[in-house]
Amino acid sequence: MVRRYFPVAGFAGLVVAIQLATHFTGNSYHLTQLTMTAYYSLVIVGLCMLIGYAGQISLGHAGFFAIGGYVSAFLTTCDLKPYDGPFLSLLEKSGAVVSRQDFYGGSLLTVHPWLACAAAILLTVAVAYLVGGPVLKLKGHYLAMATLGIGIIVYRIVLGTDFLGAADGISEVPGFPLPAGLVITGDSALRVSNYYLAWGLVILGMILLLNLIHSRVGRALAAVHGAEDAAGAMGIPTARYKLHMFVLSAVFASLAGVLLTHYNGGIGPSEAGVMKSVRYVAIVAIGGMANLWGALTMSLVLNYLSLRGYFGTYDDTVFGAILILIMLFAPDGLLRRHLLSDLKRLVSRRDPEEEAP
Amino acid sequence: MTYGTIYAIVAIGFNIIYNATGIINFAQGEFVMLGGMTAVTLHQFLPLPLAILLAVVITMIVGAVIEIVFIRWLHKPSVLRMVIITIGISILIREISLHIWGEGVKALPYFTGSSVSSINMGGVYISWQVLWVVGIGALAVAGLTAFFNLTMLGRQMRACAANRDAARLCGIDAGNMVTLSFVLSAAIGAIGGCVVCPITYVQYDSGTPLAIKGFTVAILGGLGNSTAAVGAGMILGILESFSIWVLPTAYKEAISIAILLGILFVKPSGIFGSAEAARLKEF
Repeated sequence: MVRRYFPVAGFAGLVVAIQLATHFTGNSYHLTQLTMTAYYSLVIVGLCMLIGYAGQISLGHAGFFAIGGYVSAFLTTCDLKPYDGPFLSLLEKSGAVVSRQDFYGGSLLTVHPWLACAAAILLTVAVAYLVGGPVLKLKGHYLAMATLGIGIIVYRIVLGTDFLGAADGISEVPGFPLPAGLVITGDSALRVSNYYLAWGLVILGMILLLNLIHSRVGRALAAVHGAEDAAGAMGIPTARYKLHMFVLSAVFASLAGVLLTHYNGGIGPSEAGVMKSVRYVAIVAIGGMANLWGALTMSLVLNYLSLRGYFGTYDDTVFGAILILIMLFAPDGLLRRHLLSDLKRLVSRRDPEEEAP
Repeated sequence: MTYGTIYAIVAIGFNIIYNATGIINFAQGEFVMLGGMTAVTLHQFLPLPLAILLAVVITMIVGAVIEIVFIRWLHKPSVLRMVIITIGISILIREISLHIWGEGVKALPYFTGSSVSSINMGGVYISWQVLWVVGIGALAVAGLTAFFNLTMLGRQMRACAANRDAARLCGIDAGNMVTLSFVLSAAIGAIGGCVVCPITYVQYDSGTPLAIKGFTVAILGGLGNSTAAVGAGMILGILESFSIWVLPTAYKEAISIAILLGILFVKPSGIFGSAEAARLKEF
């Protein structure tokens, strides 16, 4: 039970070590990319959960990321002034609508980021439920193509819709206020606190997922992954578990989209692009399909390198090549221990504490 | 019609490989792009027919190389693995093309006449190139049908598709047949890429949308059925042109994908496919 959290503590130590290292070497500007990496990692661990533990591929997660980012960005930047009335002033008193200044000093009346975030998550859940039902009935090529299709539809919509900024995307997105005076924003003065906020959130997400894996649900998912028909015959509602995992990982992606948009102060259509989805899958694949820590580590390394521009114009090529090489030579991923023994351990191990009366 | 034909051509490319191997080659659209791009480059110092011929041959070689390098030595790979590998291949081809040809939009000249000349067919003015596209599309389908039914090689390929082990017992080299299927589908894609290039233009990233539409058409017609793919290609082409009246042009691509999703949800065997044959496939 406690052993499960050792890697968590280790990772938290790594996060602190990286921050200290950047502080003492005077490279603290690297923290900006590392913070963005954290938000992308949130997508990755959610997707890893879906691919590795529920056995369902999704090539459309950039779409969910974009739904989160765009809804939040749109609601926090659109001006509600023209609709001013008793209803709106009521909302303003309750704090749901806030007035703030835009870039040029003009005053705007916009939705509060928390409310926008809630709306984004709700929309994601609705979309994921709606498409997840029929999509998850498919397998193999068909599932890959259908999820890819969903991603492309989102991409086309954000690219072709004027009020979403078309090809320019949405900018001037305000920061995301948190309790205790913290705020998620790209302001360089708040770089360190934002770094810890982002990675803290990732670690929180990891704890949630680790507990899920080691729970009844996790064991059921392992059974679904191993032999879906047999699991169904055992009385596990396979379709429902798959759908719930799909929605959960979509919410992870969407939340990452919301927060990264507030951090960056904007979002563009490229975030919804097919290459982004492919990149997420590539990182999950290289980390080991059913290995949350592997995926997280690879995400930290690759996203950071990519965001720092180490791959230059060959960025997409690098991820394409990674995909091919991994699938050809090490389909279980690089950071993978023995798949079979892992599954066995997952299925047969019982925590002594849970068995105690 | 023009768009419908090119979608049908891509779909047939999908079907050839699917029939021989059970793989969906997500890089199929890239063959079309490669064909068009190479032809444009070669046309700078070669006459048009020669440039197109050479472009098709080059694309065929690329298809063969892809099969030999990536596919041949994999034994019974999982579907998910194949999907990811072919997506990876398509990304690589696209990025390499970007570094070779840049981001510019390129086009071949019209085969006969020019972009403004047209002929009057029963009151409707049709550009010469459209006739070329439809004609060559029809020729390709007829040629393939003849190849699969009349020649020894075509029959051997079909035997491999039906039952690889049995075919091997009869002395057919199944591995070479798979290579051949990649070469054939690369050729079909490249021919399609060359004939539509004067109308639709070609760019380094024009492969992926084509692959998606080709896949839609292949599903719409029932995977593996090339004649049905032609009908389905026409249907999608027409639906797309109508969608522009109702919705902004920017959503055009979303329409065909929505159709794809709809078909996948309701009837994955395709509108022309039989439920019986579908039961044997993995969805």
